[in-house]
Amino acid sequence: MRIIRTCRKLGLETVLATSTADRDSLPARLADRTVCIGPPRPSDSYLKIDTIVHAALATKCDAIHPGYGFLSECAALATLCEAEGVVFIGPTAAQIAAVGDKLRARLEAQAAGVPVVPGSAVASADEAMAAACVIGVPLLVKAVGGGGGRGIKRVDRLEDLPAILELAAAEAGAAFGDARVYLERFITSGRHIEVQVLGDGNGRVIHLGERDCSVQRRYQKLVEETPAPGLSAPLCNALHVAAVRFAQRLSFRSAGTVEFLVDCERDAFHFLEMNARIQVEHPVTEAVTGVDLIAEQIAIADGAGLRLTQSDIQRRGCAIECRVNAEDPANDFRPSPGLVRSVTWPSQEGIRVDTHIASGSCVPPFYDSLMAKIIAHAPDRLAAVARMRRAVAAIRLDGVHTNLSFHELVLADREFQAGAIDTGFVARLLERHAAVMEPAPNG
Amino acid sequence: MSLTAAEVAELMRLVEQSGFDELTLEMDGTKFSLRRGAAPATSPAQSETSTHRSPPPSPPVQNLPATADPNVHDLASPLLGTFYRAPKPGAAPFVEVGVQVEEDTVVAIIEVMKLMNTVRAGARGTVTEILVADGQLAEFGQTLMRVRKAG
Repeated sequence: MRIIRTCRKLGLETVLATSTADRDSLPARLADRTVCIGPPRPSDSYLKIDTIVHAALATKCDAIHPGYGFLSECAALATLCEAEGVVFIGPTAAQIAAVGDKLRARLEAQAAGVPVVPGSAVASADEAMAAACVIGVPLLVKAVGGGGGRGIKRVDRLEDLPAILELAAAEAGAAFGDARVYLERFITSGRHIEVQVLGDGNGRVIHLGERDCSVQRRYQKLVEETPAPGLSAPLCNALHVAAVRFAQRLSFRSAGTVEFLVDCERDAFHFLEMNARIQVEHPVTEAVTGVDLIAEQIAIADGAGLRLTQSDIQRRGCAIECRVNAEDPANDFRPSPGLVRSVTWPSQEGIRVDTHIASGSCVPPFYDSLMAKIIAHAPDRLAAVARMRRAVAAIRLDGVHTNLSFHELVLADREFQAGAIDTGFVARLLERHAAVMEPAPNG
Repeated sequence: MSLTAAEVAELMRLVEQSGFDELTLEMDGTKFSLRRGAAPATSPAQSETSTHRSPPPSPPVQNLPATADPNVHDLASPLLGTFYRAPKPGAAPFVEVGVQVEEDTVVAIIEVMKLMNTVRAGARGTVTEILVADGQLAEFGQTLMRVRKAG
């Protein structure tokens, strides 16, 4: 939807590749043409590189925008596009590979003089033990081929390490096709702060400010905002500079996000990873800067270079985004696919809704449970929170469970309202409200 | 300048999908002109009355609804790819309308990025319709042919 919207604005024709499950979706109806690439299972449709490139060539497409998820960070797709003369709207295959391998990305960060979380690659259980003694517990076992919050396991006691390592490697092998894992110190009080960058592929990189994505449940972001509240100016600036330096060293092309963990206690920051794609939460950056990131991606891909300079980037006000998912908070946030019989999204001033869900839309069981992103923009943070609360209260959705009650709890919470919460916030919130989690009235 | 049939078809499609009613292209001594509206222009006002934007054409791919007839087998494409009726260019097609087939008779090829995938009839009987043209894109699940089942 997001990409089709900008393409329509730019007068670009769109061809949407869908599985049978998404053939009647809203984006399918809005695209100039829709082609069916396979059955619902992602491995039989959305992850088939050859099929997707063949569909693009056969429909005479000039470019492919991979969105986020699925093949958006697949170097092989970028490579095949390069070979077949179809423009891949994103970084080069080499850049995707450089930051997609999370261990290699750490090395790139160190080479760029960007601090990384104390950690280590591990080739054997013994090596792991030795590294763990240095890093200390608690620590995290992460999949080298993971990213996006996937493939992370926590180790609280050294004696649990060997067993968890084995499990992590097995799961990583199955999920990412790469059984390699690495260790990182677990930072107890950390904030997930990321920086949006745009690069022209020839060494010029600008940043569009940071986003605070600390409201996470099991490493999945739920609420994001910009600017990051309560971050000292020097620290904020240091994050921006580090992100640009990291991306510049790679001559990064297109949109990307450099993610950091800010250690509140030690007032330090560490490189976590870089996402070489447009991200779900990009609308908050668009709201405060007035920049259409998809349009900029397309311009860069079209050979126009970077149309913006760093001084063109001004941020006004504060923007918050809430991810509305089809899940049941009362049942451990279990996905709740089904038919959305009716839905009314908010339309107040300062509210933007990015969604593919309308009355009668289906939420298939095969994919992500994200239904909509609600973005509230206001001159200051308190006003943005108030706007968001009103917007969430105005949503009427019937047919599937939603996590709206969860968002209501977050937005009403005093700790959240004060701002500058850390990644432990959601766990604390859910514990406080364990007895209260009920499905939303219309859910 | 000369235009191939494919280019003409493409120009027609672009005009049809646009808000324009007329296109005139002149280059290197060749003139190509296209005007929206099927009725013959009996008066100059004709083109004015047809300035409304016509709805986008139905998808170029004809995915005819599966027949309810239990005696007819709709052969659905197992893949998205380019549909070929013959084993290679210039060779005779695998089947024609009226030909008898077995369940495992190879009736077509779906090519995906140079990889040839054979398509088998899937039913024993007679080919009654071939719905996709040679070299055309076939989507996943698109009906390629119909076979009237034997017995």
